[in-house]
Amino acid sequence: MAIADRADPRFVPGDTVAVRAIYPLGHVRTPYYIRGKRGVIERLCGVYGNPEDLAYARPGLPKQPLYRVRFLQREVWPEYRGGADDTVDIEIFQHWLETDR
Amino acid sequence: MPHDHDHPHDHAHSHGGTAPHKHPPLRPDQDDTITYWRAMEIAVRELLIGKGILTADEVRRAVEDMDNRTPLQGARIVAKAWTDPQFRKLLLSDGNAACKALGIDDGIYKLVVVENTEDVHNVIVCTLCSCYPRWLLGLPPDWYKSRNYRSRVINEPRDVLREFGTEIAGDAVVRVHDSTADMRYLVLPKRPSGTDGWSEDKLAALVTRDSMIGVTFATTP
Repeated sequence: MAIADRADPRFVPGDTVAVRAIYPLGHVRTPYYIRGKRGVIERLCGVYGNPEDLAYARPGLPKQPLYRVRFLQREVWPEYRGGADDTVDIEIFQHWLETDR
Repeated sequence: MPHDHDHPHDHAHSHGGTAPHKHPPLRPDQDDTITYWRAMEIAVRELLIGKGILTADEVRRAVEDMDNRTPLQGARIVAKAWTDPQFRKLLLSDGNAACKALGIDDGIYKLVVVENTEDVHNVIVCTLCSCYPRWLLGLPPDWYKSRNYRSRVINEPRDVLREFGTEIAGDAVVRVHDSTADMRYLVLPKRPSGTDGWSEDKLAALVTRDSMIGVTFATTP
């Protein structure tokens, strides 16, 4: 039986999500500084081959939904000196996100 | 090569039949070290050419094409958005479609355009490497690729912007966009005041590369 070649989007704009705090080896597009942080889905960008697989000349399947997730700077950097509403928006693949409880 | 020895020499000397002379130590070249990745690039390129997959001229042309790209395309897009509300709407909802509508290369990446206003200032970084909308802006500036910019603009953006001469009002929101995957970003700067009735061409001259990365504003006439 064929494995699904793409994962279905699980989140919609406005959902609160948490970035998984995991530390796998290899080519990863989720910056360290954002792991374990909570943010809000800004938009679904599309569904793209998984770079963690593509980087090793493999097919990148299943393709993963890619989101732009918005984080409050003061929650990402406790010592942040800018405005209280300043944000950082980051592209994050769905398999790095979990529903925030 | 007369200068292929690596010791500094402040003594009078001659090389290769030149008259004896003195000069300060020469700075070493920075492109003559065959690192692992440089060796790999040369090996892969020579293999592709050797196997007839690419020609040396095609490689040269691709490099030339990249080097010849400038921020002018981006500036055209911004000037159009300043003068045409329908186009601005399209640009903000579908950047690639907007490029196409202007007859500009729409690129192989999805283009996300973020708009600077009185209340929001956007600035772009790629903390992981140097992702940049090259097809619209040309090659990224060296500082954009530097560790200093990449590591600092992400957590002290207002300080970094100040170093660029850009002061953001305390009550405006600063949004940093970290270009980590398949999107490429273009900032739509605020239209400067005093430009009412200007033509697109005249406006485009106010749109600098740095204003489209978001480290500064469009030029005020």
